[in-house]
Amino acid sequence: MKYVDEFRDGELAKNIAAHIAREAEPQKIYRLMEFCGGHTHAISRYGLADLLPANVRLIHGPGCPVCVLPVGRVDQAIRLATEQGVILCTYADTMRVPASDKLTLMRAKAAGADVRMIYSTQDALKIARDNPAREVVFLAIGFETTTPPTAVAVKQVQTESINNFSILCNHVLTPAAMHAILAVAGGVALDGFIGPAHVSTVIGSEPYEVFARDYAKSVVIAGFEPLDVLQAILMLIRQINQGRAAVENEFTRAVSRSGNLKAQALVSEVFELREFFEWRGLGTLPLSALKLRAEFAAFDAELKFNCEYVAVPDHKACECAAILRGEKIPQQCKIFGTVCTPENPVGSCMVSSEGACAAHYSFGRFRETKA
Amino acid sequence: MCLAIPVRVEQLTPGDNAIVNLGGVRKEISLSLVEDVAVGDYVILHVGYALQKLDVDEAEQTLALFAELNAHTDAQLADGSLA
Amino acid sequence: MSYSRSLDFKQGRIEMSHGSGGRAMAHLISGLFASAFDNPYLAQGNDGAVLPQPSGRLVMSTDSHVVSPLFFAGGDIGCLSVHGTINDVAMMGAVPLYLSAAFILEEGFLLSDLKRIVESMAKAAHETGVPIVTGDTKVVEQGKGDGVFITTTAVGVVADGLDLSGDNAKSGDKILLSGTIGDHGMAVMSQRENLSFDAPIVSDTAALHTLVQDMLASGATLRVLRDPTRGGLATTLNEIAQQSKVGMFLNEAAIPVNSTVAAACEFLGLDPLYVANEGKLIAICAPGDADHLLAVMRSHPLAAQAAIIGEVIEDAHGFVQMTTRLGGRRMVDWLAGEQLPRIC
Repeated sequence: MKYVDEFRDGELAKNIAAHIAREAEPQKIYRLMEFCGGHTHAISRYGLADLLPANVRLIHGPGCPVCVLPVGRVDQAIRLATEQGVILCTYADTMRVPASDKLTLMRAKAAGADVRMIYSTQDALKIARDNPAREVVFLAIGFETTTPPTAVAVKQVQTESINNFSILCNHVLTPAAMHAILAVAGGVALDGFIGPAHVSTVIGSEPYEVFARDYAKSVVIAGFEPLDVLQAILMLIRQINQGRAAVENEFTRAVSRSGNLKAQALVSEVFELREFFEWRGLGTLPLSALKLRAEFAAFDAELKFNCEYVAVPDHKACECAAILRGEKIPQQCKIFGTVCTPENPVGSCMVSSEGACAAHYSFGRFRETKA
Repeated sequence: MCLAIPVRVEQLTPGDNAIVNLGGVRKEISLSLVEDVAVGDYVILHVGYALQKLDVDEAEQTLALFAELNAHTDAQLADGSLA
Repeated sequence: MSYSRSLDFKQGRIEMSHGSGGRAMAHLISGLFASAFDNPYLAQGNDGAVLPQPSGRLVMSTDSHVVSPLFFAGGDIGCLSVHGTINDVAMMGAVPLYLSAAFILEEGFLLSDLKRIVESMAKAAHETGVPIVTGDTKVVEQGKGDGVFITTTAVGVVADGLDLSGDNAKSGDKILLSGTIGDHGMAVMSQRENLSFDAPIVSDTAALHTLVQDMLASGATLRVLRDPTRGGLATTLNEIAQQSKVGMFLNEAAIPVNSTVAAACEFLGLDPLYVANEGKLIAICAPGDADHLLAVMRSHPLAAQAAIIGEVIEDAHGFVQMTTRLGGRRMVDWLAGEQLPRIC
């Protein structure tokens, strides 16, 4: 696979790691938050932490849209399927998120609700066209990478006058989450960010400049493959050593300063900012999520159906909130690996394979357990 | 939601779509989010849409950078300055 | 001889009467199943087959097949049901001797499709030398079945003194894999609704009993043989680790994956380690015998890409660990639920 395999080369990885080992100053501790769920997965799946010296610490951030989706939002989707008989279309990632009353979308489907897994919003549109007598609702989740595909679908239903399609909009914004992490009174113990790969192809590198400028945090946007991540770590270490806080781009093959203007324009045409939005783990954040503009109100499932959002608190012992903010690690959660496992996830960090808890459980829990 | 892969555009198809190829696997995807894409270009594919064109020159430069680091380490190993 | 109308394979469909035990069912059995499977046991027309005295300890295994779609690149539910159950018996070190086949047909199922499936089974049975000696047919109402479900049972004999079992693996043993992983699962997935590709991925469905015979004849001390079907290589290794109360250490770079299968997995966010195989086996053997066993395997057409992929270690937790191709370490855990395609 071109432009994939080359970025997974083991020999080159060892070399970048050797440079990291040489350049990381032994008396410093480098605390680097990798924001993107895809990076969390890549780091665990390739065992990248083993290639780094002990004083370079990777902290998992909240860049997993499934992990930050509140229980109440999943409840809404389930209720639409079970009580209103809609065809609920969703990406596979949300199928096992634990919701209220021990339900998940997967269990609702097993009990007879019409829940369908799709790969692309185009699949959802096809379902709507093929089933004109049924209502089709698309559970729209994701950061800025995934929002433009939803915008395309909404514009298309408007153009084609499809009247049985609507979306449950849960699109959220990356910079808002980064602000939430950094704007903690007294400062936060982070030296830099490994910036998301594919969100950045859409929004560009410019939105991160505020974090370098106002919070003096180094940011390096990293591509998706392990060599990209290692290179970005090296670049961050160099910045920190030099006392610089700037936005640098390792993923130059896909990210520019301004990003994908066509996609951005389409998103602003279709969506506007919600004043407030509840994030699992980060609380209610202002101007952090999107909803459909008035012209597209006919496609807003929250307006079309009777499915009010009811906030649901997390399980008392669940530490997802602290883990999403990078304040705790999965091992510090009392129910990690015992009550809360991938088969029986209590919190969202355990459901999604990008979640810090699932990634650690599936790929890394052998590290703690002594034989 | 980050999973995206670089794919080669094999054929442009009606409705602003294209058939793309990754390692011999072909799929029809949407080009509605990008512009000026030609057969032979590489794009980043996410949930059925091309999100951005891949700049192959930059890709080669990044790989060259990794190779340079590699050569640098080899040199250090040779002259004993890298333990 | 009374007039006997031939079955309408062009447009005919399964009706409830085909399962009711009456004339229509008898006609279906003689006109399709018995004529295709063609052996003296079935020709006798009894409810059961009287088999000769076995020459060793009996091994029996059963499998139900519910694959969808029924026809896929490289095979179909028919040959899959023959290969799969033969393989289960072969994994115990037994020579497979006889098969039974039970069909649950859905009302409305096309006779032309059934004929295709039955002919495929007959061909597989003939090629493997394992006849289908007895069977059953039932029909369920339209909507209550998925076209056809097939359950096959195989019996075989295993030589005295041979003890292949999942709890035999010992620390130090080597782990061998007979070829590329993920081919069957991705071949099937490529045809399902919602996830379609024009990829030349072909199911690896195959009967492995002759490969197993070669391996047994090699003189290598074999501890475990198992075929990594549902849940893939990862699941099967975890099962064995748990049964034997050992750990395992794999080398990612040594695990063969067809490059197109790897690309298809990338598209869907799937991990080939968890994708089903239907023509591969895992062998765990004493460390000194691994190289010789590998050579023997590689000279068999179904194991040309066999590889030593890891070793068994002491580990009370039974973890299966792996050195990644980047040189880091990760666990290869049990599959959590069903493997859903990742978008993220």
